Amino acid sequence: MVEVRLEKITKKFGDFTAVNELTLTIKDGEFLVLLGPSGCGKTTTLRMISGLETPTSGKIWFGDRDVTYLPPKDRNISMVFQSYAVWPHMTVYDNIAFPLKIKKYPKEEIDKRVKWAAELLQIEELLDRYPAQLSGGQRQRVAVARAIVVEPDVLLMDEPLSNLDAKLRVMMRAEIKKLQEKLKVTTIYVTHDQVEAMTMGDRIAVMNKGQLLQVGPPVEVYSKPNSIFVATFIGAPEMNLMDVTVKETDKGIALEGEGFEILLPEDLGEFLKNYVNKTVVFGIRPEHMTVEGISEVLHVKRKAKIKGTVDFVEALGTDTIIHAKVGGKIIKIKIPGHVPIGLGRPVDIIIDLDNIHVFDKSTEKAII
Amino acid sequence: MNDKTRFMLKKLLLYSFLFTVVVWIVLPIIVSILYAFSSKLDYYDPQKVIPTHYTTQWVKTLLFTLGAWDGIKNSVIVAILTIIISFSLGIPAGYAIAKFIFPGKDTIKLSIIALRMFPIPVMAIPLVVLYIKLNLIDTLLGVALAHTAMALPFVVLITSSIFAGVSKELEEAAMVFGVTRLGAFFRITLPLALPGLAAAAMFTFVMSWNEVFVASILTLKNRTLPAQILSIMAGSSGGAAPPYYKFAAAFIMTLPAMIFIFFARKYLVSMWGITLK
Repeated sequence: MVEVRLEKITKKFGDFTAVNELTLTIKDGEFLVLLGPSGCGKTTTLRMISGLETPTSGKIWFGDRDVTYLPPKDRNISMVFQSYAVWPHMTVYDNIAFPLKIKKYPKEEIDKRVKWAAELLQIEELLDRYPAQLSGGQRQRVAVARAIVVEPDVLLMDEPLSNLDAKLRVMMRAEIKKLQEKLKVTTIYVTHDQVEAMTMGDRIAVMNKGQLLQVGPPVEVYSKPNSIFVATFIGAPEMNLMDVTVKETDKGIALEGEGFEILLPEDLGEFLKNYVNKTVVFGIRPEHMTVEGISEVLHVKRKAKIKGTVDFVEALGTDTIIHAKVGGKIIKIKIPGHVPIGLGRPVDIIIDLDNIHVFDKSTEKAII
Repeated sequence: MNDKTRFMLKKLLLYSFLFTVVVWIVLPIIVSILYAFSSKLDYYDPQKVIPTHYTTQWVKTLLFTLGAWDGIKNSVIVAILTIIISFSLGIPAGYAIAKFIFPGKDTIKLSIIALRMFPIPVMAIPLVVLYIKLNLIDTLLGVALAHTAMALPFVVLITSSIFAGVSKELEEAAMVFGVTRLGAFFRITLPLALPGLAAAAMFTFVMSWNEVFVASILTLKNRTLPAQILSIMAGSSGGAAPPYYKFAAAFIMTLPAMIFIFFARKYLVSMWGITLK
């Protein structure tokens, strides 16, 4: 168990920069999720931590040990691969025992540890089988058992749940999280699934195009995204974004969009003083709005009201997502429970002003 | 026509097709075995299709008087040497082509095959001259080297496609869990490639076993079986051999190859409940 520090690591493949000057510290015992779309450099980052790739520049530290150019076998790490990578020519027992055998543990110790790991993952009955005789979920368990059997300093997981069906994925998500909390091993978990990131990570590091955009606890990344990319990548349905113009009125600063105007409270207006008469991007999550007269569930202290018409309704059972037409644009509103509402009906949309976001149009960074 | 008769008809067609194929392959082998042991009189008797009197005289004479036994020993040695040399060269090459990206990779792949474009008779004289200079003429190693040159392109191509079938993550997992790249190759990739390697070995063995031209021009005393048989049959020992000798020779040539394939066969289809292509 160890702290992992990445210092300005860069990885280039020819002219293509996969990871660009990434600096990040993963605390001892922490569960950090690297989140981003495919091709964002998260897997490359993980592979550099594992030693399967070496950075073009920068340093990687495990505690006070510089491991930048160390081969994987000397790093005392474990990894769970996306394809599980359990060896088909070995039984489940031999698969799990492999790291121990390589490290020359005594036979009884190997047996004890394999049984311990198998019990933890509930695969004791499968020890004599070959991987070809196992289901995907069982292979996944074997891969995890093999990864924890050596008590690694760092546990790396590369989209380990992406090949499982939805139901199994939810179950394994909870199990891996519980296991990590029990073992307290520093874990770096790569995924493109924002739900996985939100539910599992102690902290989330969001990456895009080789850049680290934001690091923080899930709730913080969700409620205070620092850029348009993070704001839209996390949360489903994604945040509504609209181009608006900042206007100075006699009542204060207001945001003027196509077919609506939102007057901001003084403290929020402060932030936009320098943007008067400029275009900014206004963002609001579907769950931070409601439709007047339909749901009183949203407890908002400060609110704004805009007008729209119901264009389409997605009834999901637990939630209802109303697509409302405001000006020429569609805004999605998420309301808990089942809400019967007629198409084409004019509605008053209530916006929770304490949960709005405003981004700079050119830099895409958050202003509010 | 109802479904049942259609089904029966389909089955009948399938079985008659299979029957034809099997007969086409197996019948000549059975015939050559029968006539290899047929007595001279039975062989020449036009009334008898299947001989009733048998003798081991022809096979014995071929084996011990005419040197076919030595030929078998030489052939086995040459075939095994060929497998060893072509595998120790071909496996690393196949691995490199399967797993690494390097400049000139496609050119190398193409030139490996292009090597087989040159007809061997064209190369016969230079080869003999070269072998005399290198003191390799009339040695089993010399024949094995020539056979290696012929088999190597296929060994490289076959092994590279086998190695390409072993996923990169399986090796990387081994590296993460404590072994070097070489260790990962020996512990993971090689065992997984075994069925494919068995196929490649079989191919190499059969190629070397059957190869007659190069073996004939490169050896005189240390002849491999086909070269030895050819020289017997073509009458270097005075006149062409009678037909029952030819059947006996065919029998001698087929048997060891069949035995070898029979034993290598089980590695071919599948191991550990998986099939690697």
